[in-house]
Amino acid sequence: MMADTTITPKLVEEHGITEEEYRHIESVMGRTPNITELGIFSVMWSEHCSYKSSRVYLKNFPTTGSRVLQGPGENAGIIDIGDGIAVAFKMESHNHPSFIEPYQGAATGVGGILRDIFTMGARPIANMNSLRFGDPTHPRTRYLAKGVVAGIGGYGNTMGIPTVGGEVAFDPCYNGNILVNAFTLGVMDSSRIYLGKASGVGNPVIYVGSKTGRDGIHGATMASDVFGEGGEERRPTVQVGDPFTEKLLLEACLELMATDAIVGIQDMGAAGFTCSTFEMADRAGSGMVVDLDKVPKREEGMTPYEIMLSESQERMLIVARQGREDDVRRIFEKWDLDVAVVGQVTDDGRVRVMSEGRVVADIPVAPIVHEAPLYERPVAEPSWQREAQKLDIESVEIPADMNETFLKLMESPNLACKSWVWEQYDHMVMTNTVVTPGADAAVLRLKGTDKGIAVTTDCNSRYCYLDPYAGAALAVAEAARNLSCVGATPLAITDCLNFGNPEKPEIMWQFRQAVAGISEACRQFDTPVTGGNVSLYNETKSEAIYPTPTIGMVGLLDDVNKHATPWWKDEGDVILLLGASEPDLGGSEYLYAIHKRVAGRPPQVDFDREKAVQNAVRTCIRRGLLRSAHDVSEGGIAVALAECSLTRPSGMLAATVTLTDDVRPDVLLFGECGARIIVSTTPADAQAVIEIARELGAPAREIGRVGGRMLAVNNLISVAVAELHQRWSSAMPKLMGE
Amino acid sequence: MKFGIIVFPGSNCDHDCLHVVTKVMGQEGFFLWHKEKDLRGADCLILPGGFSYGDYLRSGAMAACSPIMDSVKSFAAGGGLVAGICNGFQILQEARLLPGALMRNQTLKFICKDIYMRVERTDTPFTGACRPGEILKVPIAHMDGNFFTDKKQIERLNEQRQILFRYCDEGGRVDADANPNGSMEAVAGLINEKGNVCGMMPHPERCSESLLRNRDGIKIFESIVNWAARKGA
Repeated sequence: MMADTTITPKLVEEHGITEEEYRHIESVMGRTPNITELGIFSVMWSEHCSYKSSRVYLKNFPTTGSRVLQGPGENAGIIDIGDGIAVAFKMESHNHPSFIEPYQGAATGVGGILRDIFTMGARPIANMNSLRFGDPTHPRTRYLAKGVVAGIGGYGNTMGIPTVGGEVAFDPCYNGNILVNAFTLGVMDSSRIYLGKASGVGNPVIYVGSKTGRDGIHGATMASDVFGEGGEERRPTVQVGDPFTEKLLLEACLELMATDAIVGIQDMGAAGFTCSTFEMADRAGSGMVVDLDKVPKREEGMTPYEIMLSESQERMLIVARQGREDDVRRIFEKWDLDVAVVGQVTDDGRVRVMSEGRVVADIPVAPIVHEAPLYERPVAEPSWQREAQKLDIESVEIPADMNETFLKLMESPNLACKSWVWEQYDHMVMTNTVVTPGADAAVLRLKGTDKGIAVTTDCNSRYCYLDPYAGAALAVAEAARNLSCVGATPLAITDCLNFGNPEKPEIMWQFRQAVAGISEACRQFDTPVTGGNVSLYNETKSEAIYPTPTIGMVGLLDDVNKHATPWWKDEGDVILLLGASEPDLGGSEYLYAIHKRVAGRPPQVDFDREKAVQNAVRTCIRRGLLRSAHDVSEGGIAVALAECSLTRPSGMLAATVTLTDDVRPDVLLFGECGARIIVSTTPADAQAVIEIARELGAPAREIGRVGGRMLAVNNLISVAVAELHQRWSSAMPKLMGE
Repeated sequence: MKFGIIVFPGSNCDHDCLHVVTKVMGQEGFFLWHKEKDLRGADCLILPGGFSYGDYLRSGAMAACSPIMDSVKSFAAGGGLVAGICNGFQILQEARLLPGALMRNQTLKFICKDIYMRVERTDTPFTGACRPGEILKVPIAHMDGNFFTDKKQIERLNEQRQILFRYCDEGGRVDADANPNGSMEAVAGLINEKGNVCGMMPHPERCSESLLRNRDGIKIFESIVNWAARKGA
């Protein structure tokens, strides 16, 4: 794109800008924008950066609370965990790039979220993720899954930040649009939070990190479009990651932040140099002048347009205190990184971009940041919604062989053991991982304190498809339950809202319902939303994904020694069920995997019951009464019992269980109603646990004993744990063709 | 005693090693930046795990050329204790302080999991606190841990008893199923002829505290401290 390119309606359209938006740009500028300015507007006003379709609903989220130090709007949310310590965390999607180039797309997704965390002054201590792939038999699924997992590992492992857990699910609705949502949590001194603010007129604007190249130009615009044929041809818009440089950048930034040399810092993520200059100036109400000649470049002959829109990775923009330039330079040179003063802070409310002595862009800050288009798009319940929710349970045939049905469920792609995935992630580096992947939630100790942090990511998109409100609320409820099962008190969430094309009223309806469900559940569990992102246009050839509002939740353990794990500990321990089963099969994994049906209403959240059950399990863990705790979710009580038997690191241990509910055997074994947790205790403590649970309003009853080699439930299931393990653990490698 | 932990660009187990030697073992420990030459009186050097220079060339190849490596070589030549863990093992090989090469894992994938390893010698500074033939459960986390060398070198390693740890199963049996990465002779760790430089792929610093459910790794650090105490360090 040359500087003298004439702006034509076709060029405007190619930038994803509507006619109406273009008229607005002309009125903001008071003249016709040049090509560089048009490029800047197109990324700043893209769906990805401006949230133009979603903002109207996002404001309904509860975002405040006594622990919230930083809510939405910054690079990451921050919550106070006491004693001068805070944690910063956020989740972001990198769906479109990962579909086009799975390894680099996923890797740079991890790189981006890591930068969001250490930009705030926090040292990242844990990565998580939530992955969705298409049907395992689809020709591209293996390639995509292998590439994404290797890419996540490749970046996080090199950085030395453990990837401590997450979720992986498969469904044909993701055949043309996979989801890669990456989460990072960092720990920091609560009094040393760094924000992306360009304050102090005359302060130097400093560029640090990798050089700028032509990669990733228009990534944000790409992420705001649907895929047609030939999505792979967009490979040049996917960035290439360099985790080694990011590791150096992390160490250099944290070393710099320990001094008082800087006033603001922001990473160059989506829309690169453009986003960081405008957002930093906006937050401080200032302006900025930057000289592109001074930007370290990887290639010769880059135009201002390309430099402003490049999404090259591992770069940060810093505003330092005047006179402290050499302190910044010394630290970055120690780490062999590029560092260059590229401009300074002004007070005229404009970002002026210079190149070869000429002004190549001159745009007022406030209008481009705050007058981005805001759409209240039409909303309509899908015509098929009510029909999909109908399920006549009598039409579901009860399987004759429950043992084989159970085994088939255990080896179904969504329930099979995922060690094939997490053994490719370094989940132990930093030596904080007290509860490793495969449990309800990961637990990390905070060295030098007694505290522990628990993290989980959750969403069942089939539930959300059948009922977006209930499904989204259930995702929050399950996240809170998972944290409770390891003994942590839920504190706050971040979310990744993955949906289809917002220009379709049915998709906006799903979005609105899901946001309402999350909002209600977060109020109920007192877990404010501290940030996140929205990924729309997840459609290929008009086929949208299931609505997938992924929840990343963070919890606190005051004493990390008092945590629980899901697996049985000893022969003879008593198994209790906290909560009670409601007869339900709607949206279940059993219905999908065995009967090939997606139908019914997902379990409805009983908030009071959930809170009581979760409170009971946390209380019992704190008092040291439990040997194990594990929640009942996909696959129902039978699958939960199997997981308690199979995940034990020092050899499997089975159980004999008797369930007395008077319901159909498949509903009894595989129904997925919420608010249920399986715990085990010594025989001596069983009564105390039951009493505590009942005092707190949670149903509790004994259902069996730990021991033996056969997992047995009533007279319905009797399977050797060795066989169960074999089928469960070999399924993923088989799916991946190994 | 004093542990010097060398930090290369891309090292990422440096803090973990420092934590174990200072907070768990109660010894003195400090970081040595790779551009330094002075080892600041360290009694034992640890080359920690990580991805020095991103492993963009061969693992360890660039770090082996760092300025501090001349000092490490002189220190080793003088009988000083040097332990390389994971990437540190790869660096020691590239620096020719240990023989052989560590190739890409047979599965071509990064592997992070607990493995078992058999202690083949206890008469060394790194294994003195172990029982002969003891089986330790220690995690691995690497992409390039597949030990390889020529036949003659293998014979020599066996003759000189330089294979310090072998991958095995829980009961101590060495076979292909228990070998996570395809290493020749199931090599998990080596020691030099002189017996003062050792390298291992497994991470003992990750299993040295009961809160992490496994304390097998602490025996390596205890061995070093005991040895130094006998030598009066």
